[in-house]
Amino acid sequence: MTPGLGIHAVSYSYGAKVALSEVTLEVPKGRFCALLGPNGAGKSTLFSLLTRLFTTRTGRIAVAGQDLARAPRAALARMGVVFQQPTLDLDLTVRRNLLYFAALHGIGGREAEVRTAEALERLGMAERAAEPVHALNGGHRRRMELARALIHRPEVLLLDEPTVGLDAAARAAITAHVHDLADQGLAVLWATHLTDEVRDSDQLAILHRGRLLASGTTGDLRGDEPLREMFLRLTGVEA
Amino acid sequence: MIWWLAFRAILHREALRFLGQRGRLVAALVRPLVWLLVFAAGFRAALGLSIIPPYQTYITYEIYITPGLCGMICLFNGMQSSLSLVYDREMGSMRLLLTAPLPRWWLLLAKVTAGAMISLLQCAAFLAIAAAFGIRMPWPGYIAAIPAILLAGLMLGALGLMLSSFIRQLENFAGVMNFVIFPMFFLSSALYPLWKMKEASPLLARLCAVNPFTHAVELIRFALYLQPNAAAAGWVLLALIVFGTAALWGYDPARGMQARKGS
Repeated sequence: MTPGLGIHAVSYSYGAKVALSEVTLEVPKGRFCALLGPNGAGKSTLFSLLTRLFTTRTGRIAVAGQDLARAPRAALARMGVVFQQPTLDLDLTVRRNLLYFAALHGIGGREAEVRTAEALERLGMAERAAEPVHALNGGHRRRMELARALIHRPEVLLLDEPTVGLDAAARAAITAHVHDLADQGLAVLWATHLTDEVRDSDQLAILHRGRLLASGTTGDLRGDEPLREMFLRLTGVEA
Repeated sequence: MIWWLAFRAILHREALRFLGQRGRLVAALVRPLVWLLVFAAGFRAALGLSIIPPYQTYITYEIYITPGLCGMICLFNGMQSSLSLVYDREMGSMRLLLTAPLPRWWLLLAKVTAGAMISLLQCAAFLAIAAAFGIRMPWPGYIAAIPAILLAGLMLGALGLMLSSFIRQLENFAGVMNFVIFPMFFLSSALYPLWKMKEASPLLARLCAVNPFTHAVELIRFALYLQPNAAAAGWVLLALIVFGTAALWGYDPARGMQARKGS
């Protein structure tokens, strides 16, 4: 199994409040792992730890074999992130946003131009490169953030509720696109609270109150029960 | 080299954002110009100034407060950047920045340097308009003021960054105005020389003397008249180191200051 994303016995508390308790999860390359949990389950805390907004002393996180605590820069260089909150500069052009990100990852000059053009081509947005981002709709912005997260060719892709605020068509398109990326060899961790974004062949981890309640292949875990029913039964949360 | 590439990109981004928002430039210039052209005109009659270094002759009040207003530009810029972080308007792009595979101190230094560059641009525009109204300094002084304004901008930017990492929630702009900007600005030599303050209250004068903003203003004032002021430079540098270290501490992922804010 090629190392993708490894999370080993990670715990975190905000003072006395435990946000994550002994979370262990392995996402190999080429797998799409859905991290399913109701609001407040600890998904955002886990993403903050994975993106090193803050760190924890208990547990270990490895990105493509690089330990996030011991070699943070090597680990971050192999990771692409789509954050829940928008991170685009609305007043700058599409192209300028992508070039900025490329430079942050050490890609400049001609190479940055080539990769930016490729990313826009893949999105079918090449002709909109010179437009400011605020001219794009929500779906296009999200796709752009996804394309940006891939510019430095990461091995692991993290997405924190990437479909929030999108309409049904845009949601389906982006979900399908990220599944394709996993098929092409990326290790994908996709946090969501929406069961219809998860396929039976996906890896599934259900997080509730900071603990992993279930982990495995979705189809095996749910058996004949619809995923939604199983999710509600396990978490006791009314939809 | 990747470090330099990222540094340049952060500066470039801030410059483009600043130039893209015309309103921001106008707002940033109107504030000190109102002080200079309205407040100072009304105040010059009330306040007699004696000859104090670096001036060698009697000066008008407008001439006196011009360096202080350059300091005010740097102060507002530093606070504005910290506010935008606290207000989440910039939080997303800050998170993106912090996932760059570079040391965090380098990324934060680039961010603060970008802010100082913006302050410098605004000061240049402000001084040019002031000159058009006849408020002029010796011209080589404008060149000498560049490093002074940059240093002041770095120090106040570091202060803003430090505040953004420690303060859980700045209720609104009024809060910062009341607790940071007003005390720093009024308890300084920006609007009145320290000896004047001493006549009014020795305690207040002492507070002014330890206020790093006073030294930022004096550094700019002396530079505009091509006179070295090692004491002011030393104070500003010291304050930069203290605020910068505290900001780094606040943004250290192991300290989890960001975590506490997010909970």
